[in-house]
Amino acid sequence: MTEAVEKAEAKLDRPLGQRNDYTAEGAVARQFRKSKEKLTSPWATAAAIVIAVIWTIPTFGLLVSSIRTPTEIRTTGWWTWFVNPSFTFDNYADVLFASGASSANLGQYFVNSLVIAIPAAIFPIAIATMAAYAFAWIKFKGAGAMFVLVFALQIVPLQMALVPLLQIFSQVLGISGTFPAVWIAHTIFGLPLCIFLLHNFISEIPGEVIEAARVDGANHTQIFFRIIIPLSLPALASIGIFQFLWVWNDLLVALVFSGGTVDVAPLTQRLAELVGNFGRNQERLPAAAFISLVVPLIVFFSLQRYFVRGLLAGSTKG
Amino acid sequence: MTAFWADLFDKFGVMVVGLVAFAAVVGIVLFLADRAPKKGRDFWQLLAFVSPAMILLAIGLIYPAIRTIYLSFTNRSGREWVGLTNYEWMFTQPEIITVLVNTLIWVALVPTLSTIFGLAYAIFIDKSHGEKILKSLVFMPMAISFVGAGIIWRFVYEYREQGFGEQIGILNQLIVWFGGEPQQFLQNSPWNTFFLIVVMVWIQTGFAMVLLSAAIKGVPVEITEAARLDGANAWQQFLNVTLPGIRGTLVVVITTISIATLKVFDIVRAMTGGQFGTSVVANEMYTQAFNRGEIGQGSALALILFVMVLPIVIYNVRVMRKQKEIR
Amino acid sequence: MSSTLRRRLLLPAAAIGAFSLVLAGCAADSETPAPGGNGGTGGGDANCAEYEQYGEFSGQTVEIYATIIDVEADNLVTSWSDFEDCTGITINYVGTQEAETQINVRAAAGDAPDLMIIPQPGLLQRLIEDGYVVPAPEAVEANVDEFWSESWKGYGTVDGTFYAAPLMASVKGYVWYSPSDFAENGYEVPTTWDEMVALTEQMTERNEGAYRPWCVGFGSGDATGWVGTDWVEDAVLRLAGPETYDAWVAGDTLFADPEIVDSINLVGDIMLNPEFVNGGFGGVSSIVSTTFQDAGLQILDGNCSLHRQASFYEAQWGDDVTVAPDGDVWAFLTPPINAEDGFAVTGGGEFVAAFNSDDATAAVQAYLSSDTWANNRIALGGVISANQGLDPQLASSPLAVQSIEILQDPNTVFRFDGSDLMPAAVGTSSFWTGMTDWVLGELTTDQLVTFIDGTFPR
Repeated sequence: MTEAVEKAEAKLDRPLGQRNDYTAEGAVARQFRKSKEKLTSPWATAAAIVIAVIWTIPTFGLLVSSIRTPTEIRTTGWWTWFVNPSFTFDNYADVLFASGASSANLGQYFVNSLVIAIPAAIFPIAIATMAAYAFAWIKFKGAGAMFVLVFALQIVPLQMALVPLLQIFSQVLGISGTFPAVWIAHTIFGLPLCIFLLHNFISEIPGEVIEAARVDGANHTQIFFRIIIPLSLPALASIGIFQFLWVWNDLLVALVFSGGTVDVAPLTQRLAELVGNFGRNQERLPAAAFISLVVPLIVFFSLQRYFVRGLLAGSTKG
Repeated sequence: MTAFWADLFDKFGVMVVGLVAFAAVVGIVLFLADRAPKKGRDFWQLLAFVSPAMILLAIGLIYPAIRTIYLSFTNRSGREWVGLTNYEWMFTQPEIITVLVNTLIWVALVPTLSTIFGLAYAIFIDKSHGEKILKSLVFMPMAISFVGAGIIWRFVYEYREQGFGEQIGILNQLIVWFGGEPQQFLQNSPWNTFFLIVVMVWIQTGFAMVLLSAAIKGVPVEITEAARLDGANAWQQFLNVTLPGIRGTLVVVITTISIATLKVFDIVRAMTGGQFGTSVVANEMYTQAFNRGEIGQGSALALILFVMVLPIVIYNVRVMRKQKEIR
Repeated sequence: MSSTLRRRLLLPAAAIGAFSLVLAGCAADSETPAPGGNGGTGGGDANCAEYEQYGEFSGQTVEIYATIIDVEADNLVTSWSDFEDCTGITINYVGTQEAETQINVRAAAGDAPDLMIIPQPGLLQRLIEDGYVVPAPEAVEANVDEFWSESWKGYGTVDGTFYAAPLMASVKGYVWYSPSDFAENGYEVPTTWDEMVALTEQMTERNEGAYRPWCVGFGSGDATGWVGTDWVEDAVLRLAGPETYDAWVAGDTLFADPEIVDSINLVGDIMLNPEFVNGGFGGVSSIVSTTFQDAGLQILDGNCSLHRQASFYEAQWGDDVTVAPDGDVWAFLTPPINAEDGFAVTGGGEFVAAFNSDDATAAVQAYLSSDTWANNRIALGGVISANQGLDPQLASSPLAVQSIEILQDPNTVFRFDGSDLMPAAVGTSSFWTGMTDWVLGELTTDQLVTFIDGTFPR
């Protein structure tokens, strides 16, 4: 497997999915870079820090609010916390573990979100990789037109696909309001973008590598498993992460296909309901919102180095 | 607590079964393609690779799209042919015209602002100390759901009239500190649309920044240096070297953000519910079709959305064609 | 999401939570609260005689879909647990706040539930017209004829066919106040609309800091504005009378009709006067950014003296607030124009619609329309019903008792919430947004009525 990667990267003179990485730089370029670093304008850095602060403050305010008491949240701004610091984790305990129907019950919804998002990230990636491979490397009539059609399907408003799809789920398959219904719906809605992005990446794999395998007698299935998948791992990871985030953050699909009950519905739906109660549950909102952020943030921070590689492939050509 | 764990066990059980079943189906399909008779094997293999995606798309997107086009010419329950009535309705109702105008404002501002902020930020932090952390801070909103973002920004925009208690929204507090009058950001039309747009820009800037930052690093250092040695100042370097070097990425970024913006729904719904003249097509379509049961009018709005995205798709297809030719 | 879910269903979390949870807990151990008035003594088996009429359906499941969640949902489930034990029907209750929107999707996709509790007659009528709802079985109609007034039955009827029985109800037009605040300042509960305005005038002497006589909140997510429509409906019913009210709701009388305009102006005299509103929050325009839940709580802080909101607002006050004539807060009905005018109230309620005619579905439907169910449910607290077979003394609070008595009184002129009956394009749309724009000063009363009339499909 790694052998194939090495071969391909040797051909490209750089890691796959990345153009002109530092490693490709000559010593001279590195020298230049050093001198340039010193010249970086302090104004630019200051501007960057200002932007970073502005972008972070809203979320930070939410975090501070989530550890304040209900009365404080209601009557004073979160910044007063710096003058009168106080800590309480009651809000979190309340939304996560309080029993009884009137509790936010987020624990269960949290599990639902995971059970929805993991398969709904894996399924479309797997199917899209297969299709992207076919569009890129299997020659057939109408491949171009079909690919354009797939790309164009991004424009179909989700809202309009809800009724017909639900019709099929309930009347043909009998799975409405179950996890598989949500998985399939997300898979379908995620496919156009996944195929588009993966196609960009997979078509960039040097033809020689694939030709060599064909000459050795490998058929498409073998090429797919022995060359395409190992070489595409960075792209699969990055697009998979994005798909996971989209699914995790989705409200509309879940609303329709999960049936809206605590058995299947995800965190976002419960959060939206708590928003509906804005006023009554104001003290719960920051904690609830923050809990819904935790998983995407963990996923994002731990895997961010994969992000760009896959998404960027094919787009850097000027 | 035990009930919680039992529930967790059950649900993850369902998930594992689902994953295994999926793997089995895909595995069998590919295995059969692998073992297909030599004659016509290429065809069977093509079928195995393409058909899962195409079947799902046909059911889940192509058929609904055609159905929507048909429904947009029918009455509210979708049972009677009414010709162009729904379109006539759309372009004669002042509120719907507001909705269309709002959508145009969104799609004009969000991609532009997100890209400008993202690009500027990417350049500012390029090779600076703590680049990774600075990047993460701006990218973070991308990981937040629209519902979550709605909650965060409602707290930012909270309003208390002067003399009626302390401000609890940071923005109004800042205005008060600087001696201004607190504002009802989400209620005062037409500026409220811009305050909703701020939320979307806040989310999308990180996306633009990460991609553009990587693209900037992809511009060969030697060329930049050559330009610099030729006496080009920073702005000229950017204009003549960096910008052409990242054009392809810019197209991808603007396209993706534009499509996401045209489809924006959750932000408006969570923050104003489309009231106070802030509704956009995607939200209005949902309201018409499902809150009011006006399926015909909802479908007509969907078609308008369709038409609005079309130029973006056509442009991209042309770019893709060109790239193919180059290759 | 429509108004009604907020209006009636997001009710009582904390307020009656503890109490009803205890009850729910007991019920699970087979000790069900006695359905009062029927001599039930608790214990699953003893009650089964009452349920014999519904038949035996072992192993069948009926899905009930509704916007009701949280404690309210628990109470519902408890209210039919005996029925389930005795008939063998399993009731699968699915509650989500999005139900009013989702039912459109589910019905269109052929995935409708067996029964749905619909909080808006307008939505009910639409589902009936589109052919999704089946006519009510005879047993249900018999129950409704016996236990409900003609007007209630009328809301579930289309073209002479009866489809859906009413379930729970609420009385609108209560004005909440603090009895001690009234006593200290020598205020009297007004008996006419003019007296109410005069009282407000009197209260403005105290205008200082955040104090204003009234607190008003329109905020309710994408249903923002319904509070304003409720005010107008109350004014129309009182000033123009029930006949004009009916014609107005049906679209036969224009919003631009002088009587309707006068009624809106009557509301405007209070709501658009910065001396009168908006206690604790600011000027007139702060009404739209204040949630209806938050608004009334200002009475407790002494920032306002009056807050007009329906009976279900009782649940907003919280655990440590007593709702009683001599308690922390109490409410009077929005007074009539003339003292000699009769009792006129607007109100809301839910209806139970069936999407198929299975025997088990019909049995559940029949049970929900019976006095047995009403008494079972009312005893659990938090809600009221207009069911004539109800024993008001079972209700959980003095206000609920009073509300039930008003609803059961044959002399009461009762009219359903008008915006719920109007076509959705008006009732859940232009009427709401029009009221918010009117309060924000973007529309004058004349522009408001022209705007709404322009959207009314006649």
